[in-house]
Amino acid sequence: MSDVVTALNGASWDAGIARVEGVPLQGMITLRGDFGSKALQAAAEAAAGVSFPDVRSAQCNGDSGLCWMSPDELLVLCPYAEVEAKVSALSDALKDSHFLAANVSDARASFRVSGPHARDVMAKLCPVDVSPAAFGPGDFRRSRMAQVPAAFWMCDSDTFQIICFRSQAQYVFDLLKVAAQPGSEIN
Amino acid sequence: MLMLTCPVCGATAEETEFHAGGEAHLKREGPGSDDAAFEEYLFMRENPKGVHLERWRHVYGCGKWFHAARCTTTLEVFGTYSAQVLEPPQEIKDKISAKRPGWSWRNYS
Repeated sequence: MSDVVTALNGASWDAGIARVEGVPLQGMITLRGDFGSKALQAAAEAAAGVSFPDVRSAQCNGDSGLCWMSPDELLVLCPYAEVEAKVSALSDALKDSHFLAANVSDARASFRVSGPHARDVMAKLCPVDVSPAAFGPGDFRRSRMAQVPAAFWMCDSDTFQIICFRSQAQYVFDLLKVAAQPGSEIN
Repeated sequence: MLMLTCPVCGATAEETEFHAGGEAHLKREGPGSDDAAFEEYLFMRENPKGVHLERWRHVYGCGKWFHAARCTTTLEVFGTYSAQVLEPPQEIKDKISAKRPGWSWRNYS
C-alpha cells in the first residue's frame, strides 16, 4: 500500500505578506439530497458533530464541519481516517431516500492563507467582497480564483481555508504565492 | 461591469462568476411542430437594444440556473428571478417599468 499524501505534500511558503500552506490530509464528503428532509439534516449533523449550516455559511470545528455548497449539496469535513466510516454511516442513515454521499477527499486540495494581509491576497484573486464587513468567520463562498473554481471560508479573522480540485493544486499554490508576494499589500 | 445577484444562493458577483445562457422564456418546439414554429424556436431572437430577459447560470458558485432582467446598453440589472417560471413575475416587470417606462419585450410590457 502506498503512502497517502496531499497534492503538494505539505508545501508551505511564508516569504510574502501572508503565509500560504497546504492543509494536511482532510476528509471531505460530498453529500447531496433534499435539505428539507429531517433525516438528511440529522445525518449530516451526526457525521460532522456541528449544526446544519445556513445558506452560504460553514459550521466548522477543527477538521470537522459542514459547508453549504448549493441548495442541494453539502460538503462534510471530517478527519481523514474516519471518512469511509462516515460515508457508510451517512449511506445507512439515508438509504430510503434519494441522495449521494461520496468520498472526495483525494479529489481535492486544500490550502490555508493566514496573516493580517490574508484578505488582501484573496481580494486579488476572487470576484468577491472579502472586506471584514462583508465576509467573516462562518461565511462560506464558492467562486473562482483567477481561472479555476474554488471554495473558501475563514477559520478565524486572519485565516482563509481554500478548497480546489487536486489537479489544480500547483496552479492555486503558485497563484497564492504571486498574490502574496512581498510589498504587495493593498492598503 | 455587469453585477448579478444569484436568486438561489443570494451571492452578488460580477459576470465572470456566471455564464450567460441566452435569451429567456423560449418555448421549445419539438417533433410534430410545424417548420415556422421550429424555426422561430431555433433561430429567432429579440436581440434588443435596451431591456432584455436572459438566462444565466451561477457556474462558479451554487451551479444553479436563474433569470435576469437587464439593459443591454447600460448593463443596469433590474432584477433576477427564479428559473422555474414561464414568464417574468409582476415584481420584475414593475421594477423595469420604474426605470424604463413604456418598455416592451416580446409580448411583455
